[in-house]
Amino acid sequence: MGVKKTYEEINERIKKGEAVVVTAEEIIPMVEEQGVKEVARKVDVVTTGTFGPMCSSGAFFNFGHSDPPIKMAKIWLNDVPAYGGIAAVDAYLGATELSERNGEPYGGAHVIEDLVRGKKVHLKAYGKRTDCYPNKEVEGYIDLESINEAILFNPRNAYQNYAAATNSTDRTLYTYMGVLLPKFGNVTYSTSGQLSPLLNDPEYRTIGVGTPIFFGGARGYVAWYGTQHKSRVERNELGVPVGAAGTLSLIGNLKEMDPEYLRAAVFHRYGVSLFVGVGIPIPILDEEMVRFTSVRDRDIYTVLLDYGVPSRNRPVIAKVNYEELKSGEIRVNGRRIPTAPLSSMYKAREIAQKLKEWIQRGEFLLTPPVEPLPKDKTVNPLTFREEG
Amino acid sequence: MKKVRYILEFPPETSGKPLTYHLVKDYDLKVNILRGVITAGKEGKLLIELEADEENIDRGIRFLEEQGVTLKPLSQQISVDEDRCVHCGACTAVCFSGALSLDRSQWKLVFDPEKCVACELCVGACPLQLINVAFNSGI
Repeated sequence: MGVKKTYEEINERIKKGEAVVVTAEEIIPMVEEQGVKEVARKVDVVTTGTFGPMCSSGAFFNFGHSDPPIKMAKIWLNDVPAYGGIAAVDAYLGATELSERNGEPYGGAHVIEDLVRGKKVHLKAYGKRTDCYPNKEVEGYIDLESINEAILFNPRNAYQNYAAATNSTDRTLYTYMGVLLPKFGNVTYSTSGQLSPLLNDPEYRTIGVGTPIFFGGARGYVAWYGTQHKSRVERNELGVPVGAAGTLSLIGNLKEMDPEYLRAAVFHRYGVSLFVGVGIPIPILDEEMVRFTSVRDRDIYTVLLDYGVPSRNRPVIAKVNYEELKSGEIRVNGRRIPTAPLSSMYKAREIAQKLKEWIQRGEFLLTPPVEPLPKDKTVNPLTFREEG
Repeated sequence: MKKVRYILEFPPETSGKPLTYHLVKDYDLKVNILRGVITAGKEGKLLIELEADEENIDRGIRFLEEQGVTLKPLSQQISVDEDRCVHCGACTAVCFSGALSLDRSQWKLVFDPEKCVACELCVGACPLQLINVAFNSGI
């Protein structure tokens, strides 16, 4: 009879301050020394973490009503356009939206970071006069305290694995995967590997809709599966996807977040993105969860794509694992290519550690998914239909 | 033996003189020119590495200063704002000289100015815009 634990039992131990919590890195040597069964008995929760640039991020705001009231249609925050095509004083600001003022690169991600830092942000809005909204224009400074709601709602975060990038052409490429030097001059990759949330629950047994998470330094939730969630993919014998796979849509209260875990990023000649810190706790319900969470960098493979080919179907140059990528150099066709991450392992560890402390202190309980993530989803290319 | 890197700034009137020749011949310095921007009739900049014993380096530096050349230690011309760094590693992707690297046990960024060649690729590669290299400024 194998070890079995329920969410209720684990939460009881968390409440009593007795839960055994380790990070997804710390569990690896434990399993090597003590075996799966023993670790399944001892450990209650494994914490994960990741801190990488995640473009599909942004925030909903409700600014409060002016007097006389306005139905805001065109909205700018520090000259960065926000979407106002929802109710009167609601708006969505995307992380990658750029400022309309020329000069240094500044975008939605910077506005979000500035707000979280407690800075004042300039709001300007125009609207069409209506009988119920007589005002046409408002302008002034707001901050996170003055507005009603600020909800970070990211449609696609925490990619379960992602392709590594290189460049076969003879010119430097400036991409969201960083600066790619000519003629296979370097390789970049973006994951925390063995510490990454979805790589530690590869078949989405415990991470699903409603899962409480560490999100930008605050408590947040998995809202839904992320856009481009792709679960029907090539997987290795441990169920770990090779290359891009599942994604998560995440939600949390921006007012509670910490700029240490939410940072604006500028990718030269590409644009603006947002570094988002995400950590997800994984309950050790049984021995299978120990096997999943003790996954090592060397067990996780990804594909190396040539960003020099301007196509949706970029050719696969090689298959590599994260132990190789994290070593600082890989060999491709006998050639040594230096590698570099874009996602911070340092911060990922900090996040997994912080989440571990929250759980150990009894402040953070686990919840089974309200609904599981789809397990058999594919991603469509853009498909235009015939008119009419 | 000591190794130091300097950024040399030449006023227009010195740009015709064979200064490197004198450094080698008169002061027995090993001179390695790592980068140069010289525009005729205008001022020029050179990144050099000098290798010799301390006394000869000091004498060579004095000689250059007497010729109207301004010397600035390279390490003082580059800044990495380590307090704001998130240690993502994006800058290490372009640093072919190995000055910027990740310590692979702590996963923290390590900057060794003595390996820097002031190529400035990292300036654009840092997503947080925390790196500053004062080489091209003013030219």
